[in-house]
Amino acid sequence: MTDDTLATAAIRLSSPLRFGASTVLPVMAVGMVLLVIWYLAAIALNGPRVTEALNRGGQPYDNATFIAATWAMERPVLPAPHQIALELWNTTIDKPVDSKRSLVFHGAVTLSAALAGFVLGTVLGIVLAIGIVHVTTLDRSLMPWIVASQTVPILAIAPMIVVVLGNIGLTGLVPKAIISAYLSFFPVALGMVKGLRAPDPLQLDLMRTYSATRTQTFNKLRWPAAMSFLFPGLKVAVALSLVGAIIAELPTGAQSGLGSRLLSGSYYGQTVQIWAALVMAAILAVTAIGVLSLIERGVVMARGGRL
Amino acid sequence: MTPSAAPSTLGTRQHAASPSPKRTPVVEATDLGLVFQSGKQPITALSAVNLTIRRGDFVSLIGPSGCGKTTLLRAIADLVKPTSGMLRINGSTAEQARLDRCYGYVFQAPALYPWRSIERNVMLPLEIMGKSRPERLERAQRYLALVGLESFGGKFPWQLSGGMQQRASIARALSFEPDLLLMDEPFGALDEITRDNLNVHLLRLWAKTGITVIFVTHSIPEAVFLSSRIVVMSPRPGRILEVIDSDLPPDRDLDSRETPEFLAIAHRVRVALRAGHSYD
Repeated sequence: MTDDTLATAAIRLSSPLRFGASTVLPVMAVGMVLLVIWYLAAIALNGPRVTEALNRGGQPYDNATFIAATWAMERPVLPAPHQIALELWNTTIDKPVDSKRSLVFHGAVTLSAALAGFVLGTVLGIVLAIGIVHVTTLDRSLMPWIVASQTVPILAIAPMIVVVLGNIGLTGLVPKAIISAYLSFFPVALGMVKGLRAPDPLQLDLMRTYSATRTQTFNKLRWPAAMSFLFPGLKVAVALSLVGAIIAELPTGAQSGLGSRLLSGSYYGQTVQIWAALVMAAILAVTAIGVLSLIERGVVMARGGRL
Repeated sequence: MTPSAAPSTLGTRQHAASPSPKRTPVVEATDLGLVFQSGKQPITALSAVNLTIRRGDFVSLIGPSGCGKTTLLRAIADLVKPTSGMLRINGSTAEQARLDRCYGYVFQAPALYPWRSIERNVMLPLEIMGKSRPERLERAQRYLALVGLESFGGKFPWQLSGGMQQRASIARALSFEPDLLLMDEPFGALDEITRDNLNVHLLRLWAKTGITVIFVTHSIPEAVFLSSRIVVMSPRPGRILEVIDSDLPPDRDLDSRETPEFLAIAHRVRVALRAGHSYD
């Protein structure tokens, strides 16, 4: 394949993670605007407490000192971006991975639960979709339950799941993965139900004229037709599974994981630590979605450049 | 008919005009009726259809839109079940014929699978029928060449024009070498120039393979140009008004459409269609 066709294929991809030359500039521009707003907000939000402290000191101060102080508080209301960046650096690159304060360690704990939940949720979502598409009774009986399952606040149900599973001896990764799966199966199931029903009547009639079996119709028509619905579902699911894993760490007082960092940060007013954990979670999600986009791109290439 | 198909003694065009008892019937419909039970009141799509189609025939079903010609074709293909009468395909039931993969079906739209290359689309029925990979490749190449698409096997459907897509779908229907080719207004969505071109193509293909073709159309020139027999159907409920045998020379081309013989047959078809309309 020539570079030219590769390039056109890449442009045709409507993935949210295209880092081509044409997207770097707009992304950077938005980033700059956000940073400016963030720094201004930090001045506004941290200002009152800085004023208080400076007045208590009794020394006269100018605006530059005031602004610098709002961006350098130990426990700011809103930490400045460079404080978060420094905290991230200190807790990832500067810390050994096995340290209790390493965000790499905590990130890995959360990510492993999230990925286990993602795989579980994806399998469950696909199996449910296959059942719903092929069995009329399941279509009528399951769909309302699936929708209802997502209206229950996960924050309310997560502690129950942890307690119930803890009672039967399941702790650590398993309850977290199950809560992740609880969130992530939904977009996959929904997408796949639509995707497996995507073939038009002619495409289905064609299979009938070949007297194809149900399995053949599934393998050669329904499944490939569902691919363009699977990947968007997977991307939402992987982000949700991270959310699920973090939420699962909150009510149990977990000792490790990004959720535990958020929790201990809020106990001790360590806002910088909270924000660093949040940024870490975002980095993980973006990376996971990026990996899925790469796989999707491979599938698209194998299918002649269109999904 | 070309000499290549002649030794079969079946399906020669000379016999088409005067049916010989030697030729076995492929399709026999007796008092066939079909009522759709959808909606508030049942719709009678077919009523008392009697039709025999013999091996090697090129039969066109012609009639106004909604007259049930597609329904008749779908009944022959066992895509819908008749509600009365009897339908035999190759001496067995329509369902058995479908299970035996007796026919290839060409739909109004190409219905190619967009994620498969043209070659892999043509190989699809062969995969389902469990043919070996070398055989699938050989047949795909052979039938793509037959429809003039030998150099497009690696392309994907969206890279081909509508006419080429429909040719690919014909290659797909022929690839497993069925007895019978069922075509449901295959060129209806194409422009007239492409359509003429494909008509010539199809006529040559029929001559080369000697396959039995049932062809649904609402174009009189197309029906007369292609067919050895033209079945004229009435508006709903679909009945057969007249079966017109055509004895145009086998080597006819597009210019033949201006000959008096062609125009005479076209006129008969037109009169029969008009008679159908005066029924209601």
